[in-house]
Amino acid sequence: MTIHTHQPGEHESAYDGLLVNDAHWAFGTDFEDPLAGVDTTVPDGIDAAELASYCLALGDDALVLSHRLSEWCSRAPDLEEDIALANIALDLLGQARLLLARAAAADPSVVPTLPEGSPVPPEDALAFFRDDRAFRNVPLVELPNGDFAETVCRVLVFATHRLALFERLAAHPDAVLSAVAAKGVKELTYHRDFAGRWFVVLAGGTEESRRRLEAGLARVWAHRHELGVDAEADGVLAHVLATAGVAEPDVRPVVTDGGHTEHLGRMLAEMQSVARAHPRGLW
Amino acid sequence: MTGVRAEWPLYEVFVRGKRGLNHVHVGSLHAPDDQMAVRHARDVYTRRNEGVSIWVVRSDAITASSPDEKDPLFAPSGDKVYRHPTFYDIPHDVPHM
Amino acid sequence: MTSAVDEAQLEAGFQATIDRKDRIEPRDWMPDAYRRTLVRQVAQHAHSEIIGMQPEGSWIGRAPSLRRKAILLAKVQDEAGHGLYLYSATETLGVSRDELTEMLISGRQKYSSIFNYPALSYADVGTIGWLVDGAAICNQVPLCRTSFGPYGRAMIRICKEESFHQRQGYELLMTMMRGTDEQRAMVQESVNRFWKPALMMFGPPDAESANTEQSMAWGIKTHTNDELRARFIEMTAPQAEALGVTLPDNELDWDEFWTVVKGGGPCNEQRIAHRKQAWDDGAWVREAAAAFAGLDTSSPRGSDYSITGRQS
Repeated sequence: MTIHTHQPGEHESAYDGLLVNDAHWAFGTDFEDPLAGVDTTVPDGIDAAELASYCLALGDDALVLSHRLSEWCSRAPDLEEDIALANIALDLLGQARLLLARAAAADPSVVPTLPEGSPVPPEDALAFFRDDRAFRNVPLVELPNGDFAETVCRVLVFATHRLALFERLAAHPDAVLSAVAAKGVKELTYHRDFAGRWFVVLAGGTEESRRRLEAGLARVWAHRHELGVDAEADGVLAHVLATAGVAEPDVRPVVTDGGHTEHLGRMLAEMQSVARAHPRGLW
Repeated sequence: MTGVRAEWPLYEVFVRGKRGLNHVHVGSLHAPDDQMAVRHARDVYTRRNEGVSIWVVRSDAITASSPDEKDPLFAPSGDKVYRHPTFYDIPHDVPHM
Repeated sequence: MTSAVDEAQLEAGFQATIDRKDRIEPRDWMPDAYRRTLVRQVAQHAHSEIIGMQPEGSWIGRAPSLRRKAILLAKVQDEAGHGLYLYSATETLGVSRDELTEMLISGRQKYSSIFNYPALSYADVGTIGWLVDGAAICNQVPLCRTSFGPYGRAMIRICKEESFHQRQGYELLMTMMRGTDEQRAMVQESVNRFWKPALMMFGPPDAESANTEQSMAWGIKTHTNDELRARFIEMTAPQAEALGVTLPDNELDWDEFWTVVKGGGPCNEQRIAHRKQAWDDGAWVREAAAAFAGLDTSSPRGSDYSITGRQS
């Protein structure tokens, strides 16, 4: 019989050995590749241009909401929420990178042309060198953050719809999209849970928090139709609202006609400024 | 000063670094309830896969020994050296001990 | 009441614990002055992490690649975490995060002066990681052995994460140096601006440092300002050479240092205003959370809430 003995000091800190595996430290480089071993050829019967366009829409939703959530950084109600919102933003940014890269691989014609010799990879060409009109995201995600209550409502509604969708997309014939969706399901489950819990807390907190929550929900609800009709999402949202004792807002859907609000252009002017100033830059 | 003001509850966080280890105290945080405290702990203290399990407990629910009681609580076991395996001399050539 | 004799005995026991390099824990007896010094130092450190989110944080929205955006957001998020760990350490001394934040935004407690300098280009994200976090690591690694247990334990975790910060900063600068001429010029210009402020992070020369002697006797501080500064200069020189940048000279203007400490830096007002705005805007959320925490948890709005409708 073998008895495992611990190294001296092993129990001293839960963080011993943290530096042993550098993958935990290098964000954006050595992360676990969710596409490892995934077949990247577009399967027969799938229209590559359509697949690219669909991945762009899903990727742009994630990119734009991630950007908005990252605007909370150093501005959240307290440090715990600063950290939590950054985590959600990072998850969505990860989804955006995979989806934009998939769009570019499936149909290279979607990628803007850059000066010859530019080292900018396709995901960045799509994020930083497309004009606002070419973005495929829903207007819901480009609206300014509003207060914390409105942000909670937007994450709740967005994550609920996207989770229901990703659970289905995990069975998509395109192996890449399917792998991205399978990874996203875990992340979105957490986002929905986080927002749902805050929704209940704000509803049951103070008069002010409830008033702000209802106002935020009304603004988000007016854009909810942009996410499509989804019975499963309806059921979950109805459950959260009922738990919180909040009535479904009676609001007229905002007409956006597949276009954008004024906010996206302003957001991209900031987001793209450094990249566009250095089209041959190496970052 | 700030006067008396409601602050959201303080929780102590314990993380199991990997299977087979004890939960270890790693710090504290604020949360509106127990379940949110677990979520916050996940975001704050396990961003780099540092844990496989989290415990949280409200700080005001912890009963601690007082340093003044150090002698009555801890001195009595100090002389019970026979509880420690090194108390027993075993010849080096006896295996598996 | 503790008599004078008891007090002397307690103090002797306290000093003996420190002298044998053992740790002081929150519920131990400690001299009032030790407690005050600790709260001041740990709070100042926590505030520095939180204010330090701002200069780099202002570039998250402009990060020039999605990879850099992820790295920078994760890094600034870590600073929030570091502040949180440190405020946790002061909470073991009975001083709450709320109280300390009030002290910060009312100007009664300080933070590291380095964050009163502006971040003016994306290269500054790299330079702050390399030089500012590098200097912070020099300052902080010895603090892992500081005499107050919770502070030392927080510092161990912080130092591990800071090493990622310094490396990501240096790696950004290396990458930019392989890029265009404009990018190389950006890097050098940024290093020119940050070198001296980074050296001043170690504090005034030993001869002028009011707190050093007592803090060293108490084991709160383990090296003098000048010792740490010299070590940092020595460590940085070969890194600069490998990078291909020139470091400015080491002549420091201590009048400028004191001006910035006393609130006359380029960004002092802006940094505090930003923090105050976030704190004030979040007040209703913290109040709501506190009110919710007082609710009967068996009520439908209590903590049994589960989004899938199942009880966990």
